[in-house]
Amino acid sequence: MTGVGNPYVDEKSVSGVDTAGGSTVATAGPAQPPPSRGGPAHGWSHTGLLQRSWVRLLLGLILPGLILTLWQLNSVIGPFSAVQVPPPAAVFNAAVELIQRGELWTHIGISTQRVLLGFTFGATLGLTIGSLVGLSRIADALLAPTIGALRAVPSLAWVPLLILWMKIGEDSKVTLILIGAFFPVFTTVYLALRHVDRNLVEAGRAFGLNGFKLLTTVQLPAVIPSVFSGLRLGLAQAWLFLVAAELIASSLGLGYLLTDSQYNGRVDRIFLAIILLAVIGKSTDALLGVAEKWAVRRWT
Amino acid sequence: MTVLASPRSTAAVPTKQALNVTFAGLGRSFGSGSDRRTVLRDINFEVSAGEVLAILGPSGCGKSTLLRAAAGLDALNAGSVLIDGIEVHGINERCAVAFQEPRLLPWHTLQANVAIGLPKASSASEGKTKVAELLHLVELDAFAKHRPREVSGGMAQRASLARALARNPGVLILDEPFGALDALTRIKMQDLLLDIHRAQPTTVLLVTHDVDEALQLADRIIVLGSDADLPGATITEVLTVPGQRPRSRNSADLGRMRSSLLTSLGVTGH
Ligand SMILES: Nc1ncnc2c1ncn2[C@@H]1O[C@H](COP(=O)(O)OP(=O)(O)OP(=O)(O)O)[C@@H](O)[C@H]1O
Ligand SMILES: [Mg+2]
Repeated sequence: MTGVGNPYVDEKSVSGVDTAGGSTVATAGPAQPPPSRGGPAHGWSHTGLLQRSWVRLLLGLILPGLILTLWQLNSVIGPFSAVQVPPPAAVFNAAVELIQRGELWTHIGISTQRVLLGFTFGATLGLTIGSLVGLSRIADALLAPTIGALRAVPSLAWVPLLILWMKIGEDSKVTLILIGAFFPVFTTVYLALRHVDRNLVEAGRAFGLNGFKLLTTVQLPAVIPSVFSGLRLGLAQAWLFLVAAELIASSLGLGYLLTDSQYNGRVDRIFLAIILLAVIGKSTDALLGVAEKWAVRRWT
Repeated sequence: MTVLASPRSTAAVPTKQALNVTFAGLGRSFGSGSDRRTVLRDINFEVSAGEVLAILGPSGCGKSTLLRAAAGLDALNAGSVLIDGIEVHGINERCAVAFQEPRLLPWHTLQANVAIGLPKASSASEGKTKVAELLHLVELDAFAKHRPREVSGGMAQRASLARALARNPGVLILDEPFGALDALTRIKMQDLLLDIHRAQPTTVLLVTHDVDEALQLADRIIVLGSDADLPGATITEVLTVPGQRPRSRNSADLGRMRSSLLTSLGVTGH
């Protein structure tokens, strides 16, 4: 493989670090800056302003702030009783109470651990099988119909079987999350490999690349941005399946906190669990979003 | 799957000398059943080693298809292409292609893209020197570390030409290589191609839509076209261009050939 000797290929890791560090090395010099991505198509003239990250952050916080205000107002004058919608302070106190009893971090910790484990396994499997089926016509013909049928099975349908096979331990939950994370990753990788620009592949072949070398030089780099968006979808789905797993059978975790609070009538804790799921889910997604942005800049 | 090149053609030594190309009864059609459409038929032609052959023809007549056949990128329905007497089966080290579109890898810098064209046998330091040389030749030294999306279309086209030249090919296959360039750069690049050809003789198959370009660069010109009664295009005209290169752009001989070529391409009134 090394005999082909493209003396510049090493530099990709170097320039990759440059871009990841947010420096503008790649665009310095006489060339025009890279075309802006994702600019609004509605002819809005505030494009420049909207591209500032702190402006976007502030704009994104407007709605949560508004909701919080209305929520607070509700406890004073609002239409809902405290049993239906507890005031923000009550939810805050519920959090403090759970922290003091040492339970909150346990719930968050175990849920995050399940998601990360299930997501890691599911994404790895999705990448591997997606690459295989996307690249090999034989694997496609053999596997694609079955995988498509399995994907059609609703998530909850797996639960009885998993519990029967693996009991109500960690294994069954992680496996369910694995299933959830697998399909989005598999599908995006598979489709992206199917749609790699034929012209580029042909150009690669014309210059003597084939087999593994063609894969690593043309096909894989071409799908990297899609892989990241697949991973994001997979992660979102992992959180979805986490709650499904924990709602049904568990004694720890945010999903358990939801069911337990339902039985005890602790609406404040239900609110707390929902808010935590939203915040943690959004945070992990934002992390992958940064990686995705970098990948798009680096590989297209 | 691609058919591997025949044993003799995979010789490790990159070809330095020009090779002759023979089209023998070549035919290509696409589709099957009632959708079957013949694009090329009965192409018989011999290009001698070191010759510059220009291929003219109306858009969509099969010029790129003919080049793809010579490069071993396409399967034929009939006939064969021989390079240096050996039938072309699949990709082959002895050819290098500059495609109609630049087709650069977007995640590599221009220099890394050019380096993809280097023959397998070359060492890293040799390779770097060669790439730097070629980028200088196509006037892209300042942009060596830029990515394709950071340069203009014409610059990308020049990088694609450099990538093909990096191969040191026995047959250089150029599909409208100067199509995206402005008039001045185009003349510069044409002169550059002639310089390269003089310094390092190679057989050149050049598709162009520019009659003047063909007259400036080529030893011979073939015109692809179709008869009314048979489907598919074939060679309708072969012209030998008189005079040594570089040729004056306004000689009377060339002027006459120019009008006759334009007429056979279906353009009247020039
Ligand atoms: N893979 C393919 N499948 C079906 N038809 C094809 C394919 N490749 C080429 N053709 C057809 O063959 C014909 C010739 O195409 P080709 O690209 O060789 O034209 P061309 O002479 O290079 O045209 P242009 O000057 O516009 O580049 C076209 O009508 C095209 O539709
Ligand atoms: Mg063409």
